[in-house]
Amino acid sequence: MRGTFVVIGLLMSILAQATPVNPVEMPNDTLKARYYDLIAELRCPQCLNTNLAGSDAMIAQNLRETVRRLLLEGKTDAEIRTFLFERYGDFILYDPRWTPQTWLLWGTPFLFAVLGLWIWFRINQRAYQGPKALDPEEQDKLKQLLDKG
Amino acid sequence: MSKPSVLIPIVVFAALVALLGFGFRLSDPRLLPSENLGEPIPAFQLPNLLTGRLMTEADLTGEPFLLNVWATWCPSCVAEHDALTAIHTQYGVKIIGVNYNDDVDAARRWLEQLGDPYAFHVVDAEGTLAVDLGVYGAPETFVVNAEGTILYRHVGVVTEGVYQDTLATYLAQDSMGGS
Repeated sequence: MRGTFVVIGLLMSILAQATPVNPVEMPNDTLKARYYDLIAELRCPQCLNTNLAGSDAMIAQNLRETVRRLLLEGKTDAEIRTFLFERYGDFILYDPRWTPQTWLLWGTPFLFAVLGLWIWFRINQRAYQGPKALDPEEQDKLKQLLDKG
Repeated sequence: MSKPSVLIPIVVFAALVALLGFGFRLSDPRLLPSENLGEPIPAFQLPNLLTGRLMTEADLTGEPFLLNVWATWCPSCVAEHDALTAIHTQYGVKIIGVNYNDDVDAARRWLEQLGDPYAFHVVDAEGTLAVDLGVYGAPETFVVNAEGTILYRHVGVVTEGVYQDTLATYLAQDSMGGS
């Protein structure tokens, strides 16, 4: 019975994502899909942690309309991103561009992953080294102990 | 475990502290950068709020001024209005308004009630000029020189303090023949 409810809940969550908060009128489904993708990946300038899709700020409304207008004019996604970037800078893109200033931002997670893997290998190396060979002094002690018993 | 590898996490941590300590100081994330400093006012064709006559960016040249983005639905703009009036009457500063995403009748009534220290207003009903200016919201004020070049952008309410501390400097830049 519980399993059924879990499945129903999961199916309903899919429905929740299918209904956009701010529906838009577009001549075809491709444009509509591009519109929803773009406004999900662009940041609202006024509400610092919301995308254009989820923001009620006036500027977000204006920018959604701008994206819609540019799509209807036949602009590509790259051209639209450039248009907004020219006016608002890196900040409006959730994915910052690859520039000398941002390579650290992009690269550090990979650097940390590599560092972590290296440390893990080093720790494992020691674990599999097996018993250390005895030096001459310790060999004599061992001989003495064995001879005794 | 040999001593050197004990130090690695400490070294990594210290490096991280140094990196973040430096990086987080580079700029205040709340100070949103302005992409159009040094650029001319973007081209536009919008009606004058009171006369209805179509105006363009060419009407915004001739002398340095403050370009103030405001709207009747913006409560901070009411707070700012008195300061703008004072800045105009006491310091003789020219102020041009961008009525942003607003209702023309409501805007006219608003100005009748509160007074109008502006030289004139352009009606940006769709917010297209605001987007071209890179506006984040109302109120927002730009300092523009006589050639129509944007010198500075102030996000938020303008007070007499803001004017004296910052805006006046940029306005003066132009009248000294510099910039």
